[in-house]
Amino acid sequence: MIRHLLSAADLDRDTATLLLDTARQLGQALTGREVKKLPTLRGRTVVNLFYEDSTRTRVSFETAAKRLSADVVNFSAKGSSVSKGESLKDTAWTLQAMGADAVVIRHPASGASHRLAGWVDGSVLNAGDGTHEHPTQALLDAYTMRERMGRLDGLRVTIVGDVLHSRVARSNVLLLRTLGADVTLVAPPTLLPVGVETWPARISYDFDAILPKTDVVMMLRVQRERMTDSFFPSVREYSRRYGLDLRRAALLPDDALVMHPGPMVRGMEIAPEVADSARSAIVEQVANGVLVRMAALYLLLSGEKGAE
Amino acid sequence: MVERAHNTPGPSRELLSDADIGRVVDRIAHQILEKTRGARDVTLLGIPTRGVPLAVRLAERIRSFEGVEVPHGALDVTLYRDDLRLRGARPLGPTSVPAGGIDGRRVILVDDVLYSGRTVRAALNALYDIGRPLQVQLAVLVDRGHRELPIRADYVGKNIPTAHSEKVSVLLRETDERDAVVLHGGDL
Amino acid sequence: MNSWLIQNASIVGRETADIAIENGVVTEVGTGLTAPEGARVLDATGLIALPGLVDLHTHLREPGREDAETVESGSRAAALGGYTAVCAMANTSPVADTAGVVEQVWRLGRDAGLVDVQPIGAVTVGLKGEHMAELGAMADSAANVRIFSDDGFCVADPKMMRRALEYVKAFDGVIAQHAEEPALTAGAQMHEGEFSSQLGLAGWPAVAEEAIIARDCLLTGHVGSRLHVCHVSTAGSVEILRWAKSKGWRVTAEVCPHHLLLTDERATTYDPVNKVNPPLRTDTDIEALRAGLAEGVIDVVATDHAPHSSEDKDCEWAAARPGMLGLQTALSIVVKTMVEPGLLDWDGVAERMSRRPARIAGLDGHGLDPAPGVPANLTLIDPAASWTVVPNELASLSRNTPYAQMTFPATVRATFLRGEATVLEGKAQK
Repeated sequence: MIRHLLSAADLDRDTATLLLDTARQLGQALTGREVKKLPTLRGRTVVNLFYEDSTRTRVSFETAAKRLSADVVNFSAKGSSVSKGESLKDTAWTLQAMGADAVVIRHPASGASHRLAGWVDGSVLNAGDGTHEHPTQALLDAYTMRERMGRLDGLRVTIVGDVLHSRVARSNVLLLRTLGADVTLVAPPTLLPVGVETWPARISYDFDAILPKTDVVMMLRVQRERMTDSFFPSVREYSRRYGLDLRRAALLPDDALVMHPGPMVRGMEIAPEVADSARSAIVEQVANGVLVRMAALYLLLSGEKGAE
Repeated sequence: MVERAHNTPGPSRELLSDADIGRVVDRIAHQILEKTRGARDVTLLGIPTRGVPLAVRLAERIRSFEGVEVPHGALDVTLYRDDLRLRGARPLGPTSVPAGGIDGRRVILVDDVLYSGRTVRAALNALYDIGRPLQVQLAVLVDRGHRELPIRADYVGKNIPTAHSEKVSVLLRETDERDAVVLHGGDL
Repeated sequence: MNSWLIQNASIVGRETADIAIENGVVTEVGTGLTAPEGARVLDATGLIALPGLVDLHTHLREPGREDAETVESGSRAAALGGYTAVCAMANTSPVADTAGVVEQVWRLGRDAGLVDVQPIGAVTVGLKGEHMAELGAMADSAANVRIFSDDGFCVADPKMMRRALEYVKAFDGVIAQHAEEPALTAGAQMHEGEFSSQLGLAGWPAVAEEAIIARDCLLTGHVGSRLHVCHVSTAGSVEILRWAKSKGWRVTAEVCPHHLLLTDERATTYDPVNKVNPPLRTDTDIEALRAGLAEGVIDVVATDHAPHSSEDKDCEWAAARPGMLGLQTALSIVVKTMVEPGLLDWDGVAERMSRRPARIAGLDGHGLDPAPGVPANLTLIDPAASWTVVPNELASLSRNTPYAQMTFPATVRATFLRGEATVLEGKAQK
């Protein structure tokens, strides 16, 4: 088993499948139980090191760790020495001294989790680093798709929106490709990185043409600030060309799944009516998020301490 | 849950044949009916991997003998094991608790081999996180001795004295090609 | 002790001869020379004698960041790298934008006495690109500044660049441009391409360098001044420079050793020791830069030696300061990337690392092959001895070398500054 989960690229097909299968078994093991807790990681310490506000992700990891009986320490940028300018390396040494078995890190700088992994003995789980990756989000997306669609192999997934700044898109492209899905990216060319042609995904600027050939459409959040930086001229033009409105949603096959990693900008990338139909998947993604994170913690933390 | 080796090298000896296993399962089913007075409040929970098909077989036998439908399911104990830090991550097995749960039920845990007793210890902990059974019993196809915990089985298919160096493999048609109990290794 | 007899050295990779040095000046080059009065004898059999190397682009960090480097520690690293003169960039704190600061740096160099430290003056006050610094005062100072640069920042405003180019004509100055269009590199972290897209690091596109180089070449041609282009890093830049030179414009350019050897794939570790500005680029760029250097389109190799303290490098990539050590590895990397593949001979190395940079910087006593009457600024190289880079053994106060544990050809055995041995047997003499 791998020691850290820094990128979706760390997961080969067998490991990714094992992780999703484990999440599913965990879901079964916890269904209908009186005690929603497993003793698996009793006596192990999991640190949530969050340099960005993300209540949703932090609570999901915290719940996952607690369901496995780990001790959880929340270390957030506010109210800790981080705000006093302590460097990431000094913080790493503190966590090391605390004996952290796993560190879950959310950080605004791409690659921060890679750096941390070089400074601590415990396992590092990337909970989002800058515009790089967010592998557990991709795992929960893949889990949700597999549960809903019954397979990932050959599944046609279309990811739409601000790919350039999206860590979710990067992790999803890598993981979905590993698991055999066909990924198409749809975005205004300004919101695709130079170099995207080397990614294992197709590129399209024509959303309408792609929709009938799509099993899962994932709408990425587009921040309004991008408009002021001339990535596109106006919200109106963006949603006209790349938004998922009712007319476009009707172009999808009947059993297609609409996903959104949230938080949604209604009326921008997704029409309110479509957003509401997509919400069912969003609610189940919360539960799925806990399961895949439990699976990740279980697989990274069982086994000899410090072993590769 | 202890021995799973099907390709263990070295000399091996078949201890129970296909037909033997059929008879042993029949006998355990009869003993359950006898000891629980008709198995009316019994729930069978198999411990993956081979405890699960054994539990299914026992439920089938009980139905054919007395027409009683015994609820049966699977209880994975991997997450309750005490050797996770030593042995590394293992894939989880399925858990499925029959509708109606286990509260107030006479739960019979079913496993293929009883050895150190640690698997049963984990199973007891897992069971009590799911609910509060009236009574817990244990059925195993093979008891090979060498207990490390104060645990004994209520129903034993066959007692097989073994050495630590030996391995006992239970083969079942549901997971393997045939039914057999094989002893490997030992005095080499 | 400035008198020596250096025996059996290969003069710039050619014939083997003895070099006699008296009172800091070469008196004779020939075979079977007798030692001058009181001279020490050094057996240089198997070694190559080169004119002392001259670096057009060194960051010595003093004043302001003496924790990262001082004029003295940087001078020592330079001497160990075979240098006898270095040009100290202006982005110190305070900025070297007045006669006072450049004279201070110049004096610190003279006091250290390991290499000649020639200060570079800032083009604009505080490197801010808004008001021209007192270039004439720096030129007239004891430091005798001839190169002006806002390195670290581009003189982005075309009008400011034009005025600076025009103004320095009065004292035969040269503007050394850090070519980076700032509007195209806001927040940039690495070369824009395959790896930046994967790593989620904001891209530094090649065009941001090329557009400025093209503009500045045109301005230079227009006003008839001198332009020096710092740390050329892209294949496109080489093309533009070739074109500009074909026009007869007075444009020179430098390339850094790291841009001849390392690619942007290095960023995949997220270790900021690989972060540098301009960034590491691609194999295609490396090939074009090597070819351009061989051809002479790129005139010189300059180190862009940029020491940084550990807190500026042991951090997140985006938080790290750009730059890498270069003085002690430059010659070896040129041997590895240019000499070993047959792109340059030793005379070509001397031209690009000593003679040309000395002429661009106006350093009269440097960049001269050993010959009677020439100041004895030279370095002795063992081309057969390879060495492995151990960061803690480098003379710099900082450790930010991207070459840790890499093995390179060619070792500097000795360096002489006006006849005084600053390095002997590979060891600094002070």
